Amino acid sequence: MEYFIQQLVNGLTLGSIYGMIAIGYTMVYGIIGMINFAHGDIFMLGGFAALIVFLVLTSFLAGVPVVLALLLMMIVGMLAAALWNWTIERVAYRPLRGSFRLAPLITAIGMSIVLSNFIQVTQGPRNKPIPPLVSSVYNVFGIAISLKQIVIVVITAILLSVFWYIVNRTPLGRAQRATEQDRKMAALLGVDVDRTISVTFIMGAALAAVAGTMYLMYYGVVVFTDGFVPGVKAFTAAVLGGIGSLPGAVLGGLLIGLIESLWSAYFTIDYKDVATFSILAIVLIFKPSGILGRPEVEKV
Amino acid sequence: MANVASTTASAGTEVTARALREAVFTGLITLGLFFLFVGLKTDQNIRNELILTERWGLLATFVAVSMVGRFLIVAYVQPWLAQRKAVKAAAPEIVKGESFFSRNLSKIAIVALVLYPPVIVALVGVQGSLKWVDNFGIQILIYVMLAWGLNIVVGLAGLLDLGYVAFYAVGAYSYALLSSYFGLSFWVLLPVAGILAALWGVILGFPVLRLRGDYLAIVTLAFGEIIRLVLINWTEVTKGTFGVSGIAKATLFGIKFDASKDGFAALFGLPMSSAYYKIFLFYLILGLALLTAFVTIRLRRMPVGRAWEALREDEIACRSLGINTVTTKLTAFATGAMFGGFAGSFFAVRQGFVSPESFVFLESAVILAIVVLGGMGSLTGIAVAAVVMIGGTEILRELTFLKVIFGPAFTPELYRMLIFGLAMVIVMVWKPRGFVGSREPTAFLHERKAISGSFTKEGHG
Repeated sequence: MEYFIQQLVNGLTLGSIYGMIAIGYTMVYGIIGMINFAHGDIFMLGGFAALIVFLVLTSFLAGVPVVLALLLMMIVGMLAAALWNWTIERVAYRPLRGSFRLAPLITAIGMSIVLSNFIQVTQGPRNKPIPPLVSSVYNVFGIAISLKQIVIVVITAILLSVFWYIVNRTPLGRAQRATEQDRKMAALLGVDVDRTISVTFIMGAALAAVAGTMYLMYYGVVVFTDGFVPGVKAFTAAVLGGIGSLPGAVLGGLLIGLIESLWSAYFTIDYKDVATFSILAIVLIFKPSGILGRPEVEKV
Repeated sequence: MANVASTTASAGTEVTARALREAVFTGLITLGLFFLFVGLKTDQNIRNELILTERWGLLATFVAVSMVGRFLIVAYVQPWLAQRKAVKAAAPEIVKGESFFSRNLSKIAIVALVLYPPVIVALVGVQGSLKWVDNFGIQILIYVMLAWGLNIVVGLAGLLDLGYVAFYAVGAYSYALLSSYFGLSFWVLLPVAGILAALWGVILGFPVLRLRGDYLAIVTLAFGEIIRLVLINWTEVTKGTFGVSGIAKATLFGIKFDASKDGFAALFGLPMSSAYYKIFLFYLILGLALLTAFVTIRLRRMPVGRAWEALREDEIACRSLGINTVTTKLTAFATGAMFGGFAGSFFAVRQGFVSPESFVFLESAVILAIVVLGGMGSLTGIAVAAVVMIGGTEILRELTFLKVIFGPAFTPELYRMLIFGLAMVIVMVWKPRGFVGSREPTAFLHERKAISGSFTKEGHG
């Protein structure tokens, strides 16, 4: 039982990271109906930004408190990732808006290749390990919960509440929801559609960068190919939860995290990704629009 | 007159002022984008700790180049383009008759491809031809064939498949495993690989029949990854990441391409060279690719091909008219997969070695990119896209003269995929409908004519 709860805790941590990335996918999909394939690499970029900030802090300003360091890593990572995603949207997706559906998908895949290779060229192809930032572990009823797991879950919870508030309670969120429902009508009613879409990309990137920082803190290593696997899993999470739905993305992320850690704990670790993808396929076969997604209504 | 001159002058300064403003803005953005990643580099020192190297000079170069580039574009290129557009719009449209060349483009291309190996051998000799036939001939033709195969699924039936590489892998491993375990020959296993891949196409196609659009995309991507992961982890059969090596070569009517006395070279009294085998492989893949094109063209005229295109245009109308969408989708998956399987077994026989490394998602993405960049559904366009994208990146391997400019440490190969990705974005933004923007419908009223690609849909499923 304790082993099971231990795995639940691990899965929850991993799931929080996936959930944060999945929100970026789901929001972009909801608002312009495209799979932003470069999003996983934005996550990796955020992780690298955090890594570089961490190195700047340790080599030039030794003795910075850990909390401040983490905060700076997160904020700079968010800024860098947001600027990248904004630029990418501007040069690669906006010119193709209103074009056919596959065109932005291809530019997104192209941008994903560009981002990972850009990091490989500028930062080198090797793994980048850092010493552990927070290492304390608490023992609660025989279950080991590390501080970094708590940090990840708490930060995810805080950011999700902030996000939920923005989307549901602010004029910006209203503009986003309006654009999502009907872009043309929203534009006619005075919503600046281009700006709203840009802001959506910025918000998604910022969350992905936080996830990247958390990933770096949790695993202590980042490499230029890191965008792909977590990116695909987060996208899987978004689809599983019902793409376009914010709570769905988080739910999907947590589910994927749980499946992964429970599978690795009770079956072979080799096939954990196979299990994740198979469950995705099975869920979609029986519920083709995801768990919380609205079924698509076809208008003829 | 003076009045006009002053307006142009003020317009000129206005443009320059705007260009300067935009240049500064671009410079700031570039600074923000590259500050962390170009200005600072993470390196391992001797004790394997990460240290930072500063590269402010490089960062400054990046910013300067972007500013100058933006200034030139806004101040000179954009007005020039606008002017050209105005001239073009004002001029009466000249209807160009089709020239001999454009009418017979595909025939000329096929003849050129058949003559390609002898011409190369004549130009650079037997040994020198290796690189040109292998890297530029076979490599490009494999992608042409794969893209034509995927075109059946994506371009004709309108089903977005992000895991096409799975069938390529099935074909490659079918040949590699069956030939090394049972010693069967390439010519027996080529159709077997195709059938197995088609079978997998049906197996993977069944569950996704109800899915549409991006759900279909993600499930096919997942299937592609599942097949790759199984190949990695099922080590007893596939040898995992080590891959299967020592795969038997193909033979030409029983003639082997080796140094033995009844080998190809000895039989024809030629000096021994591995180039003959490569030339043989070139004709083999050319034949396979042309078979794909031929089958595609013929199928488009048959009921099943028309059903595919109808499915792409409107699935609901299709169902209402009594077309069985289940079999239509499954045949599309199976046919596309079969050609992927053929290409896969060819890949195995060419490399002599297969490993899961060759079947990553990136390959699927590259093939899909070729299909879309070429203009979905257009065979000529897809071939052009494959030549540009694959040939272009192969050329980067050859650019050794750049070492003279950037110093001996400069390796152009490192930038291959970076440039490939940029090219994908640039081509797509420049020509959203692909290289060949016109289509020739197979069914028509009164007369056959080409229509714009914008009239064809890309399907929802």
